[in-house]
Amino acid sequence: MAAHTSQSVAKAAGEGTGNTGAARGPSRTTARSDRGLKQALATHWYAWAMIAPVVLVLGVIIGWPLVRGIYLSLTDANERNVARTIGVRQIEATYEFVGLDNYAAVLGDPVFWQRLVWTVLWTVGCVSITFVLGLTLATMLNRQFRGRAAYRMALILPWAVPGFVSVFAWRFLFNRDNGILNKLLDGGGIAAIPWLDDPTWAKVSVIAVNVWLGVPFMMVALLGGLQSIPAELYEAAEMDGAGPWQRFRHITLPGLRAVSMTVILLSTIWTFNMFPVIFLLTRGGPGDSTEILVTQAFREAFIASPRDFAGSATWGVLILALLMIFALVYRRSLRKQGEVW
Amino acid sequence: MRRGIAATALVATLALAATACGGDTKDDGQETKAGGELSGTVTWWDTSNDAEKASFQKIAEAFTAKHPKVTVKYVNVPYGDAQNKVKNAFSSGSEAPDVIRADVGWVADFASLGYLDEVPAETAKKIDAEFLPQAAASGKFEGKTYAVPQVIDTLGLFYNKKMLADAGVQPPKTLEELKTAAAAIKAKSGKTGLYLRGDDSYWFLPFIYGEGGDLVDAKTKTVTVDNAAGVKAFKAARDLITSGAATTNATDGWTNMQTAFKSGEAAMMINGPWAVADSYAGDQFKDKSNLGVAAVPAGSAKAGAPQGGHDLAVYAGSKNTAAAHAFVEYMTSQEIQVQSAKDLSLLPTRTAAYEQPDVKSSEMVQFFKPAVDKAVERAWIPENGSLFEPLKVEYTKAVTGTATPEDAAKAAGVEFRKILKGWK
Repeated sequence: MAAHTSQSVAKAAGEGTGNTGAARGPSRTTARSDRGLKQALATHWYAWAMIAPVVLVLGVIIGWPLVRGIYLSLTDANERNVARTIGVRQIEATYEFVGLDNYAAVLGDPVFWQRLVWTVLWTVGCVSITFVLGLTLATMLNRQFRGRAAYRMALILPWAVPGFVSVFAWRFLFNRDNGILNKLLDGGGIAAIPWLDDPTWAKVSVIAVNVWLGVPFMMVALLGGLQSIPAELYEAAEMDGAGPWQRFRHITLPGLRAVSMTVILLSTIWTFNMFPVIFLLTRGGPGDSTEILVTQAFREAFIASPRDFAGSATWGVLILALLMIFALVYRRSLRKQGEVW
Repeated sequence: MRRGIAATALVATLALAATACGGDTKDDGQETKAGGELSGTVTWWDTSNDAEKASFQKIAEAFTAKHPKVTVKYVNVPYGDAQNKVKNAFSSGSEAPDVIRADVGWVADFASLGYLDEVPAETAKKIDAEFLPQAAASGKFEGKTYAVPQVIDTLGLFYNKKMLADAGVQPPKTLEELKTAAAAIKAKSGKTGLYLRGDDSYWFLPFIYGEGGDLVDAKTKTVTVDNAAGVKAFKAARDLITSGAATTNATDGWTNMQTAFKSGEAAMMINGPWAVADSYAGDQFKDKSNLGVAAVPAGSAKAGAPQGGHDLAVYAGSKNTAAAHAFVEYMTSQEIQVQSAKDLSLLPTRTAAYEQPDVKSSEMVQFFKPAVDKAVERAWIPENGSLFEPLKVEYTKAVTGTATPEDAAKAAGVEFRKILKGWK
């Protein structure tokens, strides 16, 4: 789950700069004239100096590749015509601008739509199961009982193990001929399940592994949310004769809303782009049945020869566009429900 | 594509880290011929499998005995990800190896991208005179020689002599005989007749050649995988599974196939000489004579297996080309080839090596040499390697029954034409 943590750090950093800029920058000052701006700069130069490195670093590591990716998606760049250095020999770039041809090609290919349907199913499946399991576990852990700390540790463990290690462990468990899961089933008299050899089972398997990896994060976040709900509310509800389900529905769920909306958005974006689980567990297989958009983009760029950089950039830009549309719609629907977010 | 060599763990870790870790560094700026003596470091990326690598490392490092000032840096790169890893290293220029062991299908690709240094004229002449002609052909691109063949191979039918004898059957010569033999084996021991690797399209080639077809026809620039013979080939592969003669898989094919064959769970498999050393390590083959090899079963047209093998090539950007070429020459010398034949049952590429007693006495070489002579030479085009990826998707779908043979053949044709722009 290295991806999770690093992304959240980047995001936190991004938000941090935004807030600093908004709160202390000149945008809050009403002065519109040149003089006012200068004055504002003079007053807040320190704030600007502080955020400059962050802006610069973000620009270099995110902004530039992004701009370059968008540009490449409008060209016919591939391995044969990009600039490269071979020892002392320099080969100049010869690719050309082709406009929206790549987009037309990708969107006109049924492969894109097949991948999109499965990617959406995969995302919705993973996020909803992860959320329900995370919420259940968090609710269970949110009470006093013996050995609570030990349970928490055990449940957070999957998060501590590097993602690729867990995925390989699962791959060994899932192995049809020699895997432990099938050995166990065999012991129970059940025929072996072709976990990664059958398209449907492979889909179930990748979702199961991703849920296993994602539950700890969900649980910890929701546990934090649960603990911020005042106990008095539950006491009062109990006095009024509300049953456990009523308390859960009318106190816990609304109380968790802010936290759960955020974690659902985050985990949707992560799951949508969850490259390692699919790539390492099934390589998109059997056949191409578990291929999601990002693994397909990787295939376009790194498996075909010559490597098609333009095509892959096109897939990347489309994925980004889809996620941005999703985030916008999500935010709007939250705002309609009265959440300030 | 051809063999998912190593433990899956390593394979995909490297894939994931491919861009991040170059793997090794090279001493910069050491010029090579100081007074005619070679010096510097030669980094070699070897793709041989777990059973072979120790032997190759020893051979490579022994180069120092001949050229004391040259240091050989041996790096084993799992075959499955080597093509990608090599490309990453070659195109970025830094941390690239000096010498690579390239599958015969990759040479034209790398050469067409300008990554390979031409073989010195003198060596090129020797290759034409002293090497098997079909092996020599694999190192050439547009009339120039870019790689020296190290080993040559093809696929054959590996069988467990005892299991076949117990069931009272002969090694099958055709797919029909294979089905009968498998039924007898299952009746006798309850085990599977054939373990067919389902996650690698190289294993599909005997089927398409067996029906008289081919993936492409490079002369007329035509994609042929989806013609009638191609469809029949997908059908033949699928039929082995539905008839119960064979079992297959869609993941971890190499490991599962070797495990099943070595432990006697499957009586037969289709594999190449590179699997011999590993097979001998299994319980069933403690007595080496229990391992038999026959030609791949014939389809309706003939018995055909692909010509494969590995070539050694020097990176065009190497700072140490003189030492690198000398290293390649050493690694492909007769002496070394004979040693690999003896230790690992790998087939030499030099014609004269087959006269050596050690090679002559090897049972595997005795079988595989005539097979290699008859093996189907592939089209040595740059796209050769990349055709296997879409083919793998369709082959897996066909053998596991998620697509009909007709659909699989058709889809493979569509993908091939995307890669081979302008082909019929």
